[in-house]
Amino acid sequence: MAAPLLEIQGLKTFFFTRKGVVKAVDGVDLSLNEGETLGLVGESGCGKTVTALSIMRLISEPIGRITEGSINFEGKDLVAATESEMRKIRGNRISMIFQEPMTSLNPVLKVGDQISEAIQLHQDVSKKEAWDRSIEMLRLVGIPSPESRVNEYPHQMSGGMRQRVMIGMALSCHPKLMIADEPTTALDVTIQAQILDLINRLKERVGSAILLITHNLGVVAEVAQYVGVMYAGYIVEYADVITLFKEPRHPYTVGLFQSIPKKKGSAKRERLQAIPGLVPDLLELPKGCKFQDRCSRVFQRCREEAPLLLKLNGSHQVRCWLYE
Amino acid sequence: MEKVEALVELKKNKTAMAGLILICFLLILALIGPWISPHPPLVPDPINRLKGPSWSHPFGTDSLGRDILSRVIYGSRISIIIGLIAVSISLVPGTILGLLSGFYGRKVDEPIMRGMDIMLAFPAILLAIFITAILGPSLLNTMIAVGIVYIPHYARIVRSSVLSLKEQLFVQAVRSLGGSNLRIIFLHIFPNTIPPIIVYATLGMGTAVLQAAALGFLGLGAQPPTPEWGAMLSEGRQYIQNAPHVAAFPGIAIFMLVLGFNLFGDGLRDILDPSLR
Amino acid sequence: MNEEILIIQRLKKYYPIRRGFFAQEPVLVKAVDGVDLTIRRGETLGLVGESGCGKSTLGRLILRLEDPDEGTITFEGENILSFDDDQLRKFRRNIQIIFQDPYSSLNPRKKVDFIIGEPLAIHGLARGKELEERVVELMKVVGLRAEQRFLYPHQFSGGQRQRIGIARALALQPKLVIADEPVSSLDVSIQAQIVNLLLDLQSEFGLTYLFISHDLNLIEYVSDWVAVMYLGKTVEWANQEVIYDHPIHPYSEALFSAVPTTDPLTKRKRILLEGDVPSPINPPSGCRFHTRCPLRIDFCEKEEPLLNKRPNGSLVACHVR
Repeated sequence: MAAPLLEIQGLKTFFFTRKGVVKAVDGVDLSLNEGETLGLVGESGCGKTVTALSIMRLISEPIGRITEGSINFEGKDLVAATESEMRKIRGNRISMIFQEPMTSLNPVLKVGDQISEAIQLHQDVSKKEAWDRSIEMLRLVGIPSPESRVNEYPHQMSGGMRQRVMIGMALSCHPKLMIADEPTTALDVTIQAQILDLINRLKERVGSAILLITHNLGVVAEVAQYVGVMYAGYIVEYADVITLFKEPRHPYTVGLFQSIPKKKGSAKRERLQAIPGLVPDLLELPKGCKFQDRCSRVFQRCREEAPLLLKLNGSHQVRCWLYE
Repeated sequence: MEKVEALVELKKNKTAMAGLILICFLLILALIGPWISPHPPLVPDPINRLKGPSWSHPFGTDSLGRDILSRVIYGSRISIIIGLIAVSISLVPGTILGLLSGFYGRKVDEPIMRGMDIMLAFPAILLAIFITAILGPSLLNTMIAVGIVYIPHYARIVRSSVLSLKEQLFVQAVRSLGGSNLRIIFLHIFPNTIPPIIVYATLGMGTAVLQAAALGFLGLGAQPPTPEWGAMLSEGRQYIQNAPHVAAFPGIAIFMLVLGFNLFGDGLRDILDPSLR
Repeated sequence: MNEEILIIQRLKKYYPIRRGFFAQEPVLVKAVDGVDLTIRRGETLGLVGESGCGKSTLGRLILRLEDPDEGTITFEGENILSFDDDQLRKFRRNIQIIFQDPYSSLNPRKKVDFIIGEPLAIHGLARGKELEERVVELMKVVGLRAEQRFLYPHQFSGGQRQRIGIARALALQPKLVIADEPVSSLDVSIQAQIVNLLLDLQSEFGLTYLFISHDLNLIEYVSDWVAVMYLGKTVEWANQEVIYDHPIHPYSEALFSAVPTTDPLTKRKRILLEGDVPSPINPPSGCRFHTRCPLRIDFCEKEEPLLNKRPNGSLVACHVR
């Protein structure tokens, strides 16, 4: 099998704040093949967004820094890449879409100009060609009558339309990898369904690999082929989507599934199985497993030794001493 | 909690600390003035007129032979008091007008803010001259004039923070509990407007001192023989050619005090305004 | 069946907005435009709909934070819209709200004991030692420790802040609690803690909930009855089990089908709606939903459908079904 498109090993991104070192990403390993979709799930502060920003090398220095690890993309280590090399990769080989379609477009420029700019930054095309390509992209992402909407300003569009524009812009240079950070969180349910449907259709047509970051397990189930579950800075479980949803192994993943309200069963209003306690303070992480204080199956070893990512069958991996 | 955190932040902020040291230095000088000044500030000494700096008169003497160092030390009391009183005169009505205007909107807001706009349309110093001209030149009237001139600034700052605060959910929450408007304004909104007011008041101290000095310079403020820095500066102007020290030392004093307040105010802004962190 | 505690009929609220400097007539945003609802004592009515459908405005109207333009709100048999200031103050004790955002709903400069004790102080129900005891008791009820009352809100996590908000809402022993997206700003694992708390409180104190949320899984879990709103109107209102199994209104049907499943194997048959929610400034004529409806007929554009009872007990506003 060919080398993976993206391979992250032992990535650590720390923030050196006045209050101490925040270990936002603390040893992330993951790999993604061409054309695959990987969902990265976790709660706020688990490091999923920082992982994505590390790949883009958009960590705001000097407060934040990648302190260890490598990010191999198309055979090149992005951690060691210079800023000018990164500029050629960003928006071109790797593109990113953000959660807030309201603020991620410039309000004073026409959407056509914004897409054209992205195209002309990376490709040697005339203004006219870039404009035509912009219309093409808008058509691709399902915006009706793109010839006229290309002339509109962001505020003339709804949230769903703007997110389509963002996706069109992200795909305009045919990136190998698209990172989508909570792309549907700010949208309504029926619009979210439209966007997820669009992403699924584009996956087949464009062939970009997708790194989908979300807190919503339902969104992952709809779109992703593989899933990584993050907790307090590292991946605690990784598997293909069906295995993960059918046989979650890590107590945190199991807890997440149990805390989602499901269809009422036989007994009315069976209590939800909540995970007790709070996410640990990234400034004062416990020794050993980071989930120990909230885990119902904790034992002596968990408090002494940080668990390693253990291989189960196939691609399934879990960071828990229960499975050694 | 917050107070302790703010103090820790303050110690780390070099700008604020530099300003604080300057202010404290001048404040101590003002407090212990009578014991450390080498000569009485008001007693003329016709033999030693316009003498340059020497061991007995480190800052030299003025046109009446009075010791400039002593006058500058006594002047610090006057300037600091001017700053405090003038700022209180603008701060209290300014804050109340801003709270009412921002909270009630429209019918209350329009007349208040248009009035403030008219006041702002005059150059500050001109307005102050106008007010002192009506009230008559004296130190107290200087403070009143400078105070009145800056009312609109406080009203505007408070109003704009009230406008955003009253949309906050916690205000709606109190309303849905049955809380009255007065309760909301004074118990809930007002405490949240304090940080910007403190910052602006600190910066305003410097401006007030400067304005009062300018009025003193124009002869509209403190009357002779009061050792007010602006008036001293104005007097020294006549001798700038052959005895520049007469104007220089009060000038430096004004500069230090105003700089102190400005540095401290800027530092406070960084500490108290979480959006700038 | 329990007695009806709150009845809302034909409720309307329009907001005028000025467009441009010289516009003669203000344009109206029809935020709530004909809502009918009934809530029964001790039960939970789930209110669903997308952003801009008017569900939060409806909450504000029930609390009488704003006055409606038309329609009636009856609480325990009394018309609350006719209350004078004095009656209104007393009435406020009966209905309380839990807000979505536990950050901006707590005054950052007040300690927790002040925040939780404030409703009691406003209504003069307790003071001094007694007030403190009540605050401690309320904190215990929502799972906070007594010594935490001297802390400021920013020293708490989102979930704990929401507990503070719940304690404040419970202080006056309300009969009806409006929960406006109470968990949607919290992390999944914390959401479950808060939902459990709300349900425990309901059975302990016999509370009635109006539960507003866009999370349809959650609404299904907590509700006895569900009302679906679209552009300021109730389009369907039914028993929870009935509406989740057999939604009748085409909008309800599409809405429920759009929820992402947590089972990757059963790809649900999804009804994708065309386009976006129209603006409430100039809502479509006739049936509001006709611009996006897969079943529309010409008549939908002309005549506004009214809520009427279907064989399974649901109330639905649709010409076609």
